[in-house]
Amino acid sequence: MSVLTQELREKILSYVPKYPNKRAVTLPALHIVHDALRQVSHEAIVEIAELLELHPAEVHDTMTFYEFFKGEGERLGQTRLWICRGLACMLRGAYELIEQAEQRLGIRCGQTTADDKITLEFAECIGACDGAPACLRNDVHVMNMTSEKLDALLNELRNM
Amino acid sequence: MSYEPVLLARIHKPHSQKLEGYREDGGYETLARVLRDMKPEEVVTQVKDSGLRGRGGAGFPTGVKWTFVPKDHPGPIYLAVNADESEPCTYNNRILMEKDPHQVLEGVLISSYAIRARVAYIYIRYEYGNAYRTLQSAIDELYGAGLAGRNILGSGFDLDIVLHRGAGAYICGEETGLIESLEGKRAWPRIKPPFPAVEGAFRKPTIVNNVETLACVTQIMRRGIDWFRSLGVPPDPKNPRDLGSFGPKLYTLAGHVNEPKCVELPLGVTVRELVEKYGGGVWKNRKPKAINPGGISMGFLRCDLPLKNGDGTEYDTPLDFNGPIRAGCLGLGTGAVTVIDDQTSMVDVLHNVCQFFSHESCGQCTPCREGTGWMLKIMERMRRGRGRREDLEILLDVAERIGIMPGTTICGLADGAGWPVKTAIRKFREEFEAAIREAKVSQYVRPLEVVAAH
Repeated sequence: MSVLTQELREKILSYVPKYPNKRAVTLPALHIVHDALRQVSHEAIVEIAELLELHPAEVHDTMTFYEFFKGEGERLGQTRLWICRGLACMLRGAYELIEQAEQRLGIRCGQTTADDKITLEFAECIGACDGAPACLRNDVHVMNMTSEKLDALLNELRNM
Repeated sequence: MSYEPVLLARIHKPHSQKLEGYREDGGYETLARVLRDMKPEEVVTQVKDSGLRGRGGAGFPTGVKWTFVPKDHPGPIYLAVNADESEPCTYNNRILMEKDPHQVLEGVLISSYAIRARVAYIYIRYEYGNAYRTLQSAIDELYGAGLAGRNILGSGFDLDIVLHRGAGAYICGEETGLIESLEGKRAWPRIKPPFPAVEGAFRKPTIVNNVETLACVTQIMRRGIDWFRSLGVPPDPKNPRDLGSFGPKLYTLAGHVNEPKCVELPLGVTVRELVEKYGGGVWKNRKPKAINPGGISMGFLRCDLPLKNGDGTEYDTPLDFNGPIRAGCLGLGTGAVTVIDDQTSMVDVLHNVCQFFSHESCGQCTPCREGTGWMLKIMERMRRGRGRREDLEILLDVAERIGIMPGTTICGLADGAGWPVKTAIRKFREEFEAAIREAKVSQYVRPLEVVAAH
């Protein structure tokens, strides 16, 4: 049984004409699979490699470099919430927000809540310093965070 | 005299991202004129003569970089747009891409024409989700309007524009790291030479340019060299190697200012003017203690230290390509200005900086991988009140030895990791010594917990 659906395969292959070789599709493919399946399992790596005519070790090598993709045995929750700890955010209260989120959710950065709702992460500067301290909700900036706004956001994400 | 923004002129307009509005404001007329009336080499000459220097951090002259593409190369030649803006406290590229993507894309088209590229890859960091979607819509509009793809505006010029998403790694902003990542590999920077203009993406000549640089190209081709050279700081006549600092710059204010925002001004504004006049001053009526003048890799200014060969203090440092160097910093960097107030511990600040570089070192070169880790461990110990007398010398020693300048690493990440350490310790030595002597514990320190035992 393959892990990648026909739809995912077609989506990955649609990137091939954009590049002079198939290897360049590695990062797009990893994003597509990670978004859809909330992880990139060993089997998914093998299947991506087959599609792109690579050795699975090559895909694995690229994937693990970025520390962005959740691999075998890990899983992304419904929402990935990153709290920025870059200098601009740190100066305006980021460490306090990270501590608050860890306490409220009962998990550490890098972990997912037991109900699979939220994966909490710290981020290095996310480029939202005009609204520091800032978070990233999946890939959308949430700016000018406060303790109250963080609580409200966590509640919203838990009840989604 | 007040300055009228050019690069940011459109960002507050409604629907500023749309092709229709951009065209109403004269957008793509410059492209049409360039394609009709100019040869690619004439565009290169105009950009070279404008004195435009890259806005991404290194300040290399853009037009000169373009001339490094081998003459009569059979192709393909690539343009790689560096939209991996990850230098801490920098966000000007994000504003341009989110609010005025067509100004950037017109620069992409003109630059590709100049260097004879037929494909432009825009490498955008993952964290810029909104910018990614805005740019993709703008690119779709271009294809719909015959401004991308085959035979653009009937000129015979072809260009495909491909958006490529990163995955959260600072090193992808280094131009050869970016190229490796684009090729689907780990983003390990390459040994240079060959430089990317000779052998870059997919082993073909590749020009890597920053987003703000490309927006400047649009305006230089539209408004001309005289306009561009009328702004900024001319070369120092006493220094034959100085290339000057011409044109507008997008400065991003962050940290302890009342109004953290992106401001466009001619190169050469002083830190004091930027913070006091445009940023609304230091927050909570406090005093500025340290300034990071261009992204954390550039190091620190100390606001009460006299400025070398100049009036006032380091707070009066002019933000052109030379100013921060005179104050002991690495350079202008990205023009991201971070204010640190007088209530903040430099131990905490330096710990944060070391934490960043330790996390983002790509691991390829041992001195950087290990050195950034050592510096973080020392700072972690110091903020726990367990600093040792020899720590400062060890930190300086490591910071001096890692990097492309001492010749121990392949790319400049380690230089950027060392500079804040060197400048912080040299300029705030008494504060670090006191923290060690008095065993001060940082407000952010939590008791260590046992995560696992084995």
